[in-house]
Amino acid sequence: MDDAANLTSFASVMLIFISAAFTDNILLTRFLGMCSVLGVSKKVDTSLGLGAAVIFVTTCTSGLNYLVYRYLLVPLELEYLRLIVFIVVIAAFVQFVEMVVERISEGLYNALGIFLPLITVNCAILGVSLFMLGTPYNLLQTLAYGAGAGTGWALAIAIIGGIREKINEQALPRGLAGPGITLIVIGIMSLAFVGFSGMIRI
Amino acid sequence: MLASIGLAIGFLAILTLLLAILLVFAERRILNYGPCTLDINDGKKSLTVTGGSSLLSSLAENDIFIPSACGGRGSCAYCKVQVLDGGGMVGPVEEPYLTPEDIKANVRLSCQVKVRRDITLAIPDELFLAKRFQGKLVHKRKLTYDMVELRIALNNPESIEFAAGQYIQLESQEYAGRDAVMRAYSISSIPSDNRHVEVIIRKVPEGICTTWVFDHLQEGQDVYLSGPFGDFKLSDSKAPAVFLAGGSGMAPIWSILRDMRERGDDREAIYFFSGRNQDDLFFTEELFALEKELPNFSYVPCLTREDPDSDWKGERGRIPAVLPKYIPDTTAYEAYLCGSSNLIDACVDAMKQRGLQEPNIFYDKFE
Repeated sequence: MDDAANLTSFASVMLIFISAAFTDNILLTRFLGMCSVLGVSKKVDTSLGLGAAVIFVTTCTSGLNYLVYRYLLVPLELEYLRLIVFIVVIAAFVQFVEMVVERISEGLYNALGIFLPLITVNCAILGVSLFMLGTPYNLLQTLAYGAGAGTGWALAIAIIGGIREKINEQALPRGLAGPGITLIVIGIMSLAFVGFSGMIRI
Repeated sequence: MLASIGLAIGFLAILTLLLAILLVFAERRILNYGPCTLDINDGKKSLTVTGGSSLLSSLAENDIFIPSACGGRGSCAYCKVQVLDGGGMVGPVEEPYLTPEDIKANVRLSCQVKVRRDITLAIPDELFLAKRFQGKLVHKRKLTYDMVELRIALNNPESIEFAAGQYIQLESQEYAGRDAVMRAYSISSIPSDNRHVEVIIRKVPEGICTTWVFDHLQEGQDVYLSGPFGDFKLSDSKAPAVFLAGGSGMAPIWSILRDMRERGDDREAIYFFSGRNQDDLFFTEELFALEKELPNFSYVPCLTREDPDSDWKGERGRIPAVLPKYIPDTTAYEAYLCGSSNLIDACVDAMKQRGLQEPNIFYDKFE
């Protein structure tokens, strides 16, 4: 397969998006963002709510962090500060988004409100920004990568939420209820996602 | 080497500072709702507050204290108020604490309602009079094996105005992983001693607040309480009164009786106190001494499980069985009861059979 970064711009953006969402699913292949998955995936609608918030935040913060890295950290030779700088940028951005959402739409704020602070400490978001550094992407491709990774995460948590809705936890052995069975579900799902691997290389 | 360390620190400092300033500025601009009007109880009180903070804190800034133990985190559900208009949607934090009846009546957790526009709300009248007090525990005295008396000196505000028989809400503080909670205790001190509040607390096994009081609270420590609340108080009539109490139910009656002595209220009064054995009795000497100061008062402690061979000369048996000996006909009486619901229900039944009228029954039940 060709290097996705070298294709024409639209095709490369689409390829990056799809590969980030499926073959390289951040939740199911890298096991990032697990804490929120275990906590919030009891229902499909809350899962989708958190998923939507994550898509938005990964897209924007990967772009922001790309710019910060490229135009601040690299020229100043401070690349080793990337971890802490990215965290600060993500936290500030999430706070800012929370305020804007609160002002613009109370309905959206109520739907996303409790998830936004959760996202600040979601390692998947930081993961996306850090993985982006290892790629030769330009800004547009980085945004596609962020959006794809977020979409993949949202997709995975929505599926897990759906499965958990169907599971009758009363029928499970005591120790398996809750996080136990969720981890097993995630494990089986990630086996399924192995099927995608190698389809596209990024 | 030094230069690169300096550069790194400087860069981080500037970056975080810039972001912080940006956020503060954004908060001022984006979350500025301007002045909002709070209309309370159909125009009885109208407040103008700066929008943007929670209803609970906006009311507290204007000296209206809605009970709250968790400090506005939305986990204690004490701060319920009726928000009739302008409260916005029920949020996901408060939803689990609201019953279907609450939602129908527009009841909300005031700590989760943000003042974004003019709000119309309704709160119980007594909350207008209630305040939150900061005080210092000056005295913690053991009364019986499972009962203590706390004496709290009020600092801010310095004095409390209440009627004998009312209660306060005591705030426990966090300890050993238990959350702060609020629990109601009747005031056992008298209204004229308005710089202090005394309460009597019985140890409840595994009780969050009582464990805090018994094992963690030290003399000299700051304590917070709000009040006064409740309508358990002596009526203005001159009708003869029968008081009944068990355990820490002593508190409001102890306050009422000493208040009667101060005011020279000489109505006929009889006080039945229930205990299992002599270890459950306290204030006994003081109460018998009151018999001399209040001409028409008598004290009758009743013990249900006292050893038959002991030196106890008082009444043995449950109050409903002892009472007819003293009051054959309760028709003219007013009854004031404070204690467990078992005790109250049994006594009310017994007295009703002897003519006690429903409107003359006043009680303070412990759940």
